[in-house]
Amino acid sequence: MVQTQRNIEVGPLPKTNETIIKCEGVNKWFGDMHVLKDVNLTINKGEVLVILGPSGSGKSTFIRTINGLEPIQKGHIEIDGVNLSHDLKDIEAIRKETGMVFQQFNLFPHMTILKNITLGPIWVKKKPKAEAEKLARELLERVGIPEQADKYPGQLSGGQQQRVAIARALAMQPEIMLFDEPTSALDPEMIKEVLDVMKELARSGMTMLCVTHEMGFAREVADRIVLFDGGEIIETGTPEKLFDNPKHERTKLFLSQIL
Amino acid sequence: MSVDLKLVEAKQMIAPPSQSFSMWVWIRKNLFNNWYNMLLTLLAGSLLVYISYATLTWVFTEAQWAVIGDNYKLFMVGQYPILALWRIWSALTMMTFMFGISAGTFKGTMLRLCYILSTIYLVHIIAPFTENTSKIWLTAQLVMLVISYFIGSKIPYAKRFNIVGWVISIPIILFFIHGFGILPVIRTNVWNGLMLTLMLAAVAIILSFPIGVLLALGRTSKLSVIKYFCIGYIELIRGIPLITILFMAQILFPLFLPTGLTIDNLLRVMLGATFFTAAYMAENVRGGLQSIPNGQYEAAKTIGLNPVQTTAFVILPQALRAIIPTIVGQSISMFKDTSLVAIVGLVDLLGIAQSVKSNPEFLGRHMEVYVFIAFVYWVIAYSMSYSSRRIEKSLGVGER
Ligand SMILES: Nc1ncnc2c1ncn2[C@@H]1O[C@H](COP(=O)(O)OP(=O)(O)OP(=O)(O)O)[C@@H](O)[C@H]1O
Ligand SMILES: [Mg+2]
Repeated sequence: MVQTQRNIEVGPLPKTNETIIKCEGVNKWFGDMHVLKDVNLTINKGEVLVILGPSGSGKSTFIRTINGLEPIQKGHIEIDGVNLSHDLKDIEAIRKETGMVFQQFNLFPHMTILKNITLGPIWVKKKPKAEAEKLARELLERVGIPEQADKYPGQLSGGQQQRVAIARALAMQPEIMLFDEPTSALDPEMIKEVLDVMKELARSGMTMLCVTHEMGFAREVADRIVLFDGGEIIETGTPEKLFDNPKHERTKLFLSQIL
Repeated sequence: MSVDLKLVEAKQMIAPPSQSFSMWVWIRKNLFNNWYNMLLTLLAGSLLVYISYATLTWVFTEAQWAVIGDNYKLFMVGQYPILALWRIWSALTMMTFMFGISAGTFKGTMLRLCYILSTIYLVHIIAPFTENTSKIWLTAQLVMLVISYFIGSKIPYAKRFNIVGWVISIPIILFFIHGFGILPVIRTNVWNGLMLTLMLAAVAIILSFPIGVLLALGRTSKLSVIKYFCIGYIELIRGIPLITILFMAQILFPLFLPTGLTIDNLLRVMLGATFFTAAYMAENVRGGLQSIPNGQYEAAKTIGLNPVQTTAFVILPQALRAIIPTIVGQSISMFKDTSLVAIVGLVDLLGIAQSVKSNPEFLGRHMEVYVFIAFVYWVIAYSMSYSSRRIEKSLGVGER
């Protein structure tokens, strides 16, 4: 499990070769629209994967298939040895392994920050309340807002809310964290505080899939970058390879537009 | 991690510029700012003065209020035997006790409601027509309110105590009023007047709420049997007037029961009113459910909550908060609709009014009677809408 490692500037932990996510021939349609086309991807434990691509290319849809928010029509997804099928049991098991952070935070507005974070641990993991609250306070400390525990989401800034959302996901002690454009709804001055939390998380050895437009973050933190276009992976590689020496024409085009 | 950066030391708090708000300025700005507004103000003003003058003259010089005072017991509890009135007083004391407890625990809205309650008790203590025994009971209510308020603010596990207390108080109240054979039974046909109105409204509102929530949830169910049953029920009931339902409860309902088994008339009417209101509650709740963004469901899913937990902890609390005003509106309208039960032979507040005004002794006093019961309805309905507004405010509805 991930341990709190604050104030330590460690280099990236050595990546394992243990596969944690395996996608084989994943296909997804919305009605007649083919949104994911034969996506194959294997991710190792501890790897930080950044997903890039133009709008509408299927990045969100892909990341949401990983925890079963979007069902797929063809192909396999295997998370930590569990095959993601339509079986509710498997989906439940996988949701316990994965945490997700949304662009719009999606905090529960009627609950205090502490309640937001402890809801899952208490009701899903059946932790005693005191233990769940202790964990929640540790996590709030970790994301840098220990003093906000008793406020409501509406009383926090966007950056703070997103950090709470990260803490809420971490409270389930997941193996994998999914981020879908976590900084896109934030004012520029708040982006950094969220990215800092994500960087720290990456250094601590968490397996992460991030859809983001933050190229600085991608270059600094990603072990591997995947470029989506039109529902397909058109190129993957280390940040250096992909940014400095893109192979595919569409990658070049995309990078020229965004950089 | 983020660092606290203080760019500038805060120097001094500056008070906001004071708004000089003189009434004269306001009047000039809002009522007399141009010629047609001036004309409207004058017209409306004179109309207002005329109506208030006429009303007040009538209330204080022409009206003969003896009809109210003389029949006060009738208005309140109708034919309920005088010798058993202590049982109603006891039931009322039980209710007062719980109000006090809740006020002590939650303060806020409950406390305000208790102010209203004490005002009503006080007015009755002062009123010249109140009998002495009633005055003693009323004073007891006030004392009970104060005592229970302090208990409520001191007890441990106050919230749980409140829930349990209210739930237990209902059978206790019913026990006092009905007797259940432990005390001599007092049949429901003599439960009349305001007491009946309040009981009908309370039962219909309290029971229809959970049923309405279940129907609304059922309507969104993935199981089509449940879904279409709920839709069918809601749409059927909403297409039928309450009066018809009351008649059906009266005539049709017994046909479905095995012979020999009869259900009390009042109970049938209560059930009819409940099932009627539930259909409307369901639609209100559905509106609330629809106002919850999909992201809330997704967030709940990703932290592993199952559908029941998601509904109970995430969706319903938000949905219900959003529809407090509509729920209260529905409750007020149910409260007023109880006056229809006169048609199926129950004698509620309005029913008593009808019989009082046809009493030859009080011939021609129908105006007083109607004004009085209108006032009673208004006080209660207004208390409801007042508390709704306060609850909305304290929950911050519409501010997020
Ligand atoms: N629920 C849905 N129903 C129908 N079509 C959808 C749905 N969600 C997404 N789509 C479509 O699927 C395609 C991929 O959408 P997706 O949200 O995955 O793109 P994206 O890469 O995340 O884009 P963006 O950068 O704008 O977030 C788009 O064409 C979108 O219109
Ligand atoms: Mg997206």
